Amino acid sequence: MISVERVSVTYPGQSHPAVHDVDLEIPEGELCLVVGPTGSGKSTLLRTISGLVPHFSGGTLAGRVVVAGRDTRTHRPRDLADAVGVVLQDPARGFVTETVTDELVYAMEQLGLPRAVMRTRTEEVLDLLGLADLRDAPLRDLSGGEQQRVAIGAVLTAHPQVLVLDEPTSALDPPAADDVLAALTRLVHDQGMTVVLAEHRLERVVQYADLVVAVAADGTVSHGAAGDVLGPGSAAPPLVELAAVAGWRPVPLSVRDARRRVAPLRDRLTAARTREVLPGPGRAVLTARGIQVRHRRAHAVRGVDLTLAAASVTAVMGRNGAGKSSLLWALSGAGPRSAGSVTLGPEPGQDPAALDAAAARRLVALVPQDPTDLLYLGSVGAECRAGDTQAAVAAGTCAQLLERFAGPVPAQAHPRDLSEGQRLALVLAVQLAADPLVLLLDEPTRGLDYAAKRALVAVLAQHTARGGAVLLSSHDVEFVAQCADRVVVMSDGVTVTDGPARDVLVASPTFAPQVAKVLHPVPLLTVAEVREALAAAR
Amino acid sequence: MHPAAWWVWAAGVVVLAGRIHAPQALAALAVAACVLATAGRRQGAPSFAGYVALALGIVAVRVVFHVLVGIKTPTGRVLVDLPSWHPAWAPGVQLLGPVTTTGLGTAAAQGLALAVMVLAVGAAATASSPARLLRSLPAALHHLATAAVIAVGVAPSLVAAVAAARRARRLRGLTTRGPRAIAHAAVPVLADALDRALDLAASMEVRGYARRSGPGDRRVGPALAGAVLAAAVGTYGLLAGAPAYAVPALSLGAALAVAGASLAARGQARTRYREDPWGYREWCAAGAGAMTGVAGVAGLPLLATAIALLGLLALLPARLPAEVSV
Repeated sequence: MISVERVSVTYPGQSHPAVHDVDLEIPEGELCLVVGPTGSGKSTLLRTISGLVPHFSGGTLAGRVVVAGRDTRTHRPRDLADAVGVVLQDPARGFVTETVTDELVYAMEQLGLPRAVMRTRTEEVLDLLGLADLRDAPLRDLSGGEQQRVAIGAVLTAHPQVLVLDEPTSALDPPAADDVLAALTRLVHDQGMTVVLAEHRLERVVQYADLVVAVAADGTVSHGAAGDVLGPGSAAPPLVELAAVAGWRPVPLSVRDARRRVAPLRDRLTAARTREVLPGPGRAVLTARGIQVRHRRAHAVRGVDLTLAAASVTAVMGRNGAGKSSLLWALSGAGPRSAGSVTLGPEPGQDPAALDAAAARRLVALVPQDPTDLLYLGSVGAECRAGDTQAAVAAGTCAQLLERFAGPVPAQAHPRDLSEGQRLALVLAVQLAADPLVLLLDEPTRGLDYAAKRALVAVLAQHTARGGAVLLSSHDVEFVAQCADRVVVMSDGVTVTDGPARDVLVASPTFAPQVAKVLHPVPLLTVAEVREALAAAR
Repeated sequence: MHPAAWWVWAAGVVVLAGRIHAPQALAALAVAACVLATAGRRQGAPSFAGYVALALGIVAVRVVFHVLVGIKTPTGRVLVDLPSWHPAWAPGVQLLGPVTTTGLGTAAAQGLALAVMVLAVGAAATASSPARLLRSLPAALHHLATAAVIAVGVAPSLVAAVAAARRARRLRGLTTRGPRAIAHAAVPVLADALDRALDLAASMEVRGYARRSGPGDRRVGPALAGAVLAAAVGTYGLLAGAPAYAVPALSLGAALAVAGASLAARGQARTRYREDPWGYREWCAAGAGAMTGVAGVAGLPLLATAIALLGLLALLPARLPAEVSV
């Protein structure tokens, strides 16, 4: 269905190709998963399949890509629209019209299909993706998961043979991501659609993949069955690492497969497990009472009480639109707060919203959902110097922090050219330069690969080791399992659960990490904990 | 309603507002635009408040400029007798000077005329979606329509990006006011706007936008260029009050545009899912708009204003609960 023959892509002004000498054959009806670290050329590979590289993006393409019998050298993306459906990373940015039905028929109108066909296909797609109740809804009122399903539906109506998706679940909460993945597997199984999918959070998708294509940091590509390509190492989901620890061959890729073999391991762990001594609650560094946030239309936060203890990491979880971001912004003092109080330690009574911006940031630092908003200068070095001045610390502090977080980053590089992980490290360095007590992070793992997430966990550990408190919001259950001491689950602007991370994560079917699902009822959350427990048993 | 109907009405009101000076008539038109924006608001329309603020700002700026540098006619009652000053470095310019009722009224009316134009366009954008109007355009204007769809789609997100940049400055402990703040905010905002425009263009491209089955016709370009030239000449003639060459030039422009559009449409195989019906309400709104424009040009301001107001009757059926509106 898709054949990629000796393809290299070089963008203008770059000395090295983004992808290098790729030979790949994707048969009809397969679900192909493209993995690799950030900035490795996953998106470039996907864009060669739709013809966006090189027709839309520029650059030089050597070799040949043939999709459904059409060569992308002679066919522009628009000429492939009836063969390849492309869903971009952020669905809301690709919407051309204003309502669901208009968006679904847009591609068919461009293809010149008769009206009767359009009506039939629209109804089919509405049913297939569970959008029938939303047919006349304005697109901007939809939730993230609904928008993503509309974006998929909008290309399905053209009846493409190939569907290409770039990180379709990265912005979604766990239930919404499951909905989208279920829709995709239904397309592969029932309709024989060929799906090519790039994803960072392998734990969710790897079990559905027939073929895994791994793009390395230097742009070279290897492919094969999931168990062979994914070794324990930089880019492996927790199940693969657990299999390495337990010595399972072949590697189980779904929780169900792993649970079939888990009994001996579970017995050893149950025997090894000793009662954990929970540290008593630390000194409170931030106390919030009765926080309410009203936006123009929505009542986002309706009375939340929260105390952050020194040397602790608290994670806020919950659906898209549950009020997590509004809560973080209200606590930082930079966002709106309609009612309630926030007081900061160590001197009680200080409210970050009452302080001026320069003083507030020395006590509370917030990294927003899109960290690039914080960057406005032309080079990493200039950002670091500005960060030092704004935080009133010794010159070079920011640059040192950046090196500790992300290794050497060229000072003359433009912040927009950094990888997602490096950019987050830069923003963290700028925000942590003033050594604030409280660090607030809104969805920090979006777009991060496993290596970058491990680096972030290390940064958070350093911050808490100095007595700081961290509050972060996240959909990424594996990340939360690695770093959080405490989990708060929010729904519709109120707290529904608040407790130690282990209790909350193990008890919840949606928020349980893979290791906990496999080992249930043994309350272990990560592979590292399993290793420790096994070592203790020996 | 058909997306074009209220735009025709708005076009008529804009033409009329450029030709009349009576503040009462202009005020009536402003009220009519506000009524349309409130009663005819479509679901999910962007806020009309921005247009109102812009309109008020225009009137205020016009009046302030009149007080500062306007030519002060000695008619009317003197409200404030400011000292006048003729700077030597700018001959013929009078700064300040006595502010009279007549002068102030004229300035306000001129500002109001511009404000009415802004309100009329805003009301049309609130009542019917510009994106849907663009989809009804002939195939020849497709590339223009791409640019317009992107501009219409990106403008609201620019506002959001500016707000995000301001909030981010506070997070870094910087002030959110002043020229430096604006300059710094411009970088992330413009970069974001460019990214969005590229994403939208890529999305339109991969969904087959501007596909054609055959090669394009070479006569399309010259025909459209000729149409634009003729329209420019005709409009100048209209504004300069020389209908002798305005009317033939405009007719030639229209003919060339139609010819170019039909040539360009040959290679394209687009279809429409929903034809927007054109019923008596559309005739009422668009007809009133057209007659308003004609009467305005013909020098019948009172009649034109009355017709424009009558066009609002097209709103009525939508307000009746028994009516099944499409």
